[in-house]
Amino acid sequence: MTANLAAYSTSTGEAFQFWVLGTVAVIGALCTVFMRKAVHSALCLAGTMIVLAVFYLANGAYFLGIVQIVVYTGAIMMLFLFVVMLVGVTAADSLKETIKGQRWLALLCGLGFGILLFAGIGNASVQDFDGLAKANANGNVEGLAALIFTKYVFAFEITGALLITATIGAMVLTHRERTERARTQRELSEQRVREGKHVPPLPAPGVYARHNAVDIAGLLPDGTPSELTVSKTLRDRGQIRDVSADALKDLKALEQRAEERLERTKPEEASK
Amino acid sequence: MNPVNYLYLSALLFTIGATGVLIRRNAIVVFMCIELMLNACNLAFVVFSRMHGNLDGQIIAFFTMVVAAAEVVVGLAIIVSLFRSRHSASVDDASLMKL
Repeated sequence: MTANLAAYSTSTGEAFQFWVLGTVAVIGALCTVFMRKAVHSALCLAGTMIVLAVFYLANGAYFLGIVQIVVYTGAIMMLFLFVVMLVGVTAADSLKETIKGQRWLALLCGLGFGILLFAGIGNASVQDFDGLAKANANGNVEGLAALIFTKYVFAFEITGALLITATIGAMVLTHRERTERARTQRELSEQRVREGKHVPPLPAPGVYARHNAVDIAGLLPDGTPSELTVSKTLRDRGQIRDVSADALKDLKALEQRAEERLERTKPEEASK
Repeated sequence: MNPVNYLYLSALLFTIGATGVLIRRNAIVVFMCIELMLNACNLAFVVFSRMHGNLDGQIIAFFTMVVAAAEVVVGLAIIVSLFRSRHSASVDDASLMKL
């Protein structure tokens, strides 16, 4: 591999790898942009980043290739996924344009920018490659370390300060101070008694002997569901299952079966 | 194959990322597109490092990664706090500077 790095043109193996994985990277990038759900975008971007890590390795940047996998796909993309989970997976982009023709203008701008970049690379004299054989002779990590701790030591220290600042910044931005003290259990019970609306604990959800899931409202004696029995979160989301009709239907079926067995029904009623 | 093809791939990825920033309105996806652009730049740096036969390009790519990590941490914190106050991650909704 080291011999190939010095070569003007790459080996067939690397060319094959480039064309296959390059296609995957471009497809992943396009999916990142055009997938409607943020989760799918994040996963496609993670795939593109893994492909880029392989390209770093192929280009002799062994340290960066590993760092790319560990830091980017391992830490940053998972951070993205966490935030997507916090912000809401279902929050798909609305496709309505707020600025008229913005999408086409953006595509046009992107196309022009791409043509500009490609023309620039095409005109630059980037034909001869020295290769990293000499630079990597003592090992890639050792070479990088020698540079970081001599020539770039000041930049290295500044990045350390930047990371600390970013950490504190994130903590400050997401930290929320309680503006009032949380009420204790005693205070809550005293308040309940003072209000006098609902003194005992709330009734449990579920219909006994039939359904006992938490999202099923308990039935009042007259068979109507009581919303008070379901937790407030589920009530707000509208995720209450109503089984009151089921209970009445079951009861009717039971009665009919009992009557059939006791042969009390008339033939026309049984057929109904 | 000439290694310059890596540069073309890098340019292509950068262009896709830039277009994504302009098209998408979900703040998280816009952020991911920025990450894509940063990664494309890193690829270009690594290829230039191979081209010139020294490791300076890789050092710059390394610093880019560190800065990208710091940027992601702060940016996602801003998105989360925006979402808390507005219940939306759309960049169009954040048109007013007051919360």
